[in-house]
Amino acid sequence: MDFGTVLMAIIVVIGVPAATVGYALLTERLLKLVRPQRRAAVRPWLWLLPGFAFLGLYLIYPTINTLILSFQNSNSTEFVGVENYATLLNQGGFWQTMLNTGLWIVFFAAVVVLLGILIAVLADRVRYETAVKALVFLPLAISFVAAGVIWNFMYDFDPDRGTVNAIVGIAGVEPQSWLTEWPRNTFMLIIVGIWMWVGFATVILSAGLKGISTELLEAARMDGANELQVFFRIILPLLAPTIAVVATTIVITALKTFDIIYVMTGGNFGTNNLATLFYAERFRAFDAGTAAAVAIILLLAIIPVMLFNIRRFQAQEAIR
Amino acid sequence: MTGDARVDAPPRVDTLAGSGPKWYNRLPLHVALILISMIWLLPTVALLVSSFRPSSEILTTGWWNAFTLPFQFTLDNYQEVLSRDNMGTSFLNSLFITIPATVIPIMVAAFAAYAFAWMEFPGRNVLFILVVGLLVVPLQSALIPVLQFTTNIGLTGTFPAVWLAHTGFGLPFAIFLLRNFFGALPREMFESAYLDGASPTTAFFRLVLPLSVPAIASLVIFQFMFVWNDLLVALILVGGTQDVAPMTVTIANLVNSLGQGWDRLTAAAFISMALPLVVFFSLQRYFVRGILGGSVKG
Repeated sequence: MDFGTVLMAIIVVIGVPAATVGYALLTERLLKLVRPQRRAAVRPWLWLLPGFAFLGLYLIYPTINTLILSFQNSNSTEFVGVENYATLLNQGGFWQTMLNTGLWIVFFAAVVVLLGILIAVLADRVRYETAVKALVFLPLAISFVAAGVIWNFMYDFDPDRGTVNAIVGIAGVEPQSWLTEWPRNTFMLIIVGIWMWVGFATVILSAGLKGISTELLEAARMDGANELQVFFRIILPLLAPTIAVVATTIVITALKTFDIIYVMTGGNFGTNNLATLFYAERFRAFDAGTAAAVAIILLLAIIPVMLFNIRRFQAQEAIR
Repeated sequence: MTGDARVDAPPRVDTLAGSGPKWYNRLPLHVALILISMIWLLPTVALLVSSFRPSSEILTTGWWNAFTLPFQFTLDNYQEVLSRDNMGTSFLNSLFITIPATVIPIMVAAFAAYAFAWMEFPGRNVLFILVVGLLVVPLQSALIPVLQFTTNIGLTGTFPAVWLAHTGFGLPFAIFLLRNFFGALPREMFESAYLDGASPTTAFFRLVLPLSVPAIASLVIFQFMFVWNDLLVALILVGGTQDVAPMTVTIANLVNSLGQGWDRLTAAAFISMALPLVVFFSLQRYFVRGILGGSVKG
């Protein structure tokens, strides 16, 4: 280890935490400069300042700036009106990208939610519930990059290496090149996403399930309801708010998915979604204007979810 | 967790070792669950087993052959990838990126959350709704200007560039979670502290932070995992600089350059997974609590 590394380690472990604590201590010093009766009014702004400085600098201002960039040319030197959007809409590849994004939203979200409910309900009935949930949850701790390597290996063309081709080979199917043919490749990538995110849905839905009163379910069974009726008439309606939370999170994840596609196909073979198209426009085609337009389209797609979240938050606050 | 008790009771039948008629009824349930668990584990096991096989074996025979005689396992792939492919440096870089990118946003968020939960000021609701709205804003819609701005102040290719960006991007969730937790602390506690002459700063460090250890712990795990596993931000802000690149970037480059060099790729992927998996298994309880607190807070 050289000197630079050691110095960086000291900064990272001691310097950074000390600096943040130092700020809080500094606020009281600063307040001493203010008249005592004004201190209560000034104090909250000092505590909010660092947070909103970061939010402003890294989220609010850049998002507004991206909107402006989307109406400018590739190196942001002059305004071109809606030309970037028009170029995108006239590209054949763009519609494929939109279609992929739609496939991700529909299939990824649907399968993750359905499998999540299924595993949560089934696991709820056995003693090794915790173990099942931990196993299903495990992929979420892995980076998308590592998951990409794992699944590239699974999908390898050679049936002497690729597990998937070895398995379909048992059924007599010829080895397939899973990631080169559209639209099959998009579904193969969605499977990787499902593998990673089902655990998330399972854990939340399972917690929601535990919140349903045992007496209620027992009463229904006493009245002669069978397990399917109990599930569809009682569990499912009561679980609906939790399902909505999971679904919105998963839809956002689907829209933002970048790493899986970047690592596994690089967006080739027609697998781009909006997130990877953004990257390709900015860092391969070096067209900041079109890239910004893609980002704005992505943002527009997310706005309904944002409004839904705000509504839900306000409803919760009203109950508090 | 006693979730199973309510479904079968009464009377409770021992379902695993039991021999009554119940056992047959529940067989499909067990088969389904075990099948799901195995499918979910299979890809990771394939990678793990392969990473310990000699490279000549990986490239010519399936990983499942590793369990036939003669057993051939080796650490060569790990040695190779650590010495030749910059993985050692990248591991350190990942730590140097992740620790501050976890500490800074959580402290900054705690300050803001404290103000939101326990201080009066005009615009409190509107500002908090802004935070809730920012929760879902995609990174992509901010990245181009962030890169520009980072370049302008000369930080591209340095650790602080990534720390600051992750702070900004991680803040909405952290503020949201902590404000909900801080807000649930008892009011009387603050009143008696102030009566004893404590300043809000003292109350923050002596009361709020110690009492919020569970929420902070889950947030730490969350942010840690998020930053450790991040590719996009690192790729864009330090991607071109080998000395600073974290493991995700290095592995993504390896995928491009090695293609099917599974001997080194599998080892590299597993090195990057090791730390999150340890964190996950040792702190799973907090991790799950963080997910629940962030999404189904009632």
